[in-house]
Amino acid sequence: MSELLKQIAECIEFGKINKAAPFPPQMKGQEGADELTRKALDEGISAQDILTYGMMAGMEKVGIKFRNNEIFVPQVLMSAKAMNTAMVHLKPYFLSGEVKQKGTFIIGTVEGDLHDIGKNLVSMMVEGNGWNLVDLGTDVKAEKFIAALKEHRGAYVGLSALLTTTMVNMEKITNAIREAVPDAKITIGGAPVNDEFCKKIGADKYSKDPQGLVEYLNAEVA
Amino acid sequence: MGKITNQLKKGRILLSDGAWGTFLHEKGLQPGECPESWNLTRPNEVLGIARSYIDAGADMIETNSFGGSRFKLEKYGLADKAFEINKAAAAISRQAAGDKFVLGSLGPTGKILMMGDVTEEELYEAFREQCTGLEAGGADALMIETMSDLDEARLAIKAAKENTHCEVFCTMTFEKTVDGKFRSMMGVSPTDMVNELAPTGAELLGPNCGNGMANMIGIVKEIKQADPEIPVLVHANAGMPVYKDGNTIFPETPEEMARLVPDVLHAGANIVGGCCGTTPEHIRKMREAVDAEQKKNRPS
Repeated sequence: MSELLKQIAECIEFGKINKAAPFPPQMKGQEGADELTRKALDEGISAQDILTYGMMAGMEKVGIKFRNNEIFVPQVLMSAKAMNTAMVHLKPYFLSGEVKQKGTFIIGTVEGDLHDIGKNLVSMMVEGNGWNLVDLGTDVKAEKFIAALKEHRGAYVGLSALLTTTMVNMEKITNAIREAVPDAKITIGGAPVNDEFCKKIGADKYSKDPQGLVEYLNAEVA
Repeated sequence: MGKITNQLKKGRILLSDGAWGTFLHEKGLQPGECPESWNLTRPNEVLGIARSYIDAGADMIETNSFGGSRFKLEKYGLADKAFEINKAAAAISRQAAGDKFVLGSLGPTGKILMMGDVTEEELYEAFREQCTGLEAGGADALMIETMSDLDEARLAIKAAKENTHCEVFCTMTFEKTVDGKFRSMMGVSPTDMVNELAPTGAELLGPNCGNGMANMIGIVKEIKQADPEIPVLVHANAGMPVYKDGNTIFPETPEEMARLVPDVLHAGANIVGGCCGTTPEHIRKMREAVDAEQKKNRPS
């Protein structure tokens, strides 16, 4: 693998956005995800390889370290920022179809719940692992999930909740999606939910951390 | 009545109250409805909650203002009523408290400074507005709680210190990591909290929310190790919620939580109380545990 791709992966892993960014201190003054992605494209490395061996490789490390509590939300957010700056350079290749994404993941915080930090963490990790992400925001009703599923056939759905009082809506929304799109794959996550709850409401997958979801999604399309 | 911290200096152990959010839902608050709006629209229901904790024997009660910052209220179109809502919240608890203390509750704004969601000035200003509203309504102390980020906590403490005469307390929420350490969502340890927030003038620190009373013992020990002098408050959840027949239930019973109170006090806590899922019955049982412990300390 090219040295450049390895460097991009490291920028994503450690949250190095661009040369001017002071974070992380040990990479101060070095080029970041922004410059290196541009450079890689200019050198003729394919956008697909940059995504796979640069961004996804870096993001996988982030996901694993986050799951193991070796890093916490701030570090993940910095990695997300680094990823987003790199994504800007790759976007045209997604749009032209030159880079193939693994599938589409539709995510939203369920009706009655306005919390978005967990949802956003999951979003960026899924996107950084090569998925097309459709973020429906917070306080999302069943109809909105269903409409998005009809627009993106075969997409996976992620329901997020922080409040114990909105877990009830997860069940309502899961049932409504099942009725409208019987073969939909529904995943759930959030502080109050667990595997038992997932089984009870008939969702397909619960993961307690974003990496677990990414591994599930990747295995589904492998 | 004096100050809460003066009472603690005399060696008293004090009892705080239990849950507000889960209690409001029991009284009919709908998911998606703004809990703090009830201070204006259904003050008698809120007063009922406050009174039930005083009746249960609490030495202090909180206010229905956890999500009362303009950043939370703006999601319901209520940002411009922030001062009024917080003032009403404190006035309701004041009415119920009589000669007991009122802790004006301030929760996180949901904005992340390092992501550039907001500036420090905007956060400070939002906390200033909330603090002054709570003081105007009669809060004795400001309870900055459920924090996970040190910078946000620091700004809230600064706003409270610089703009009110209230005592200023702060709790953060810690979870146990895979290797058994305690960390907030943003990676802050109880030791970090003490080292960073005690110098800002917070007069009391502690853990709240979390996964139940048992974890609180280890967290309090760590806080006391970092600073043996700082007073400590614990507001514990009644365990992790479980889902049963369309309802979420917090599993720790009043008896179970009360049984752990002596351990939390021996670890160094000065004030104990409940968070999500705790009820007046939990507080009643904890009252018995606290009284028994005080009696032991003073056998005469």
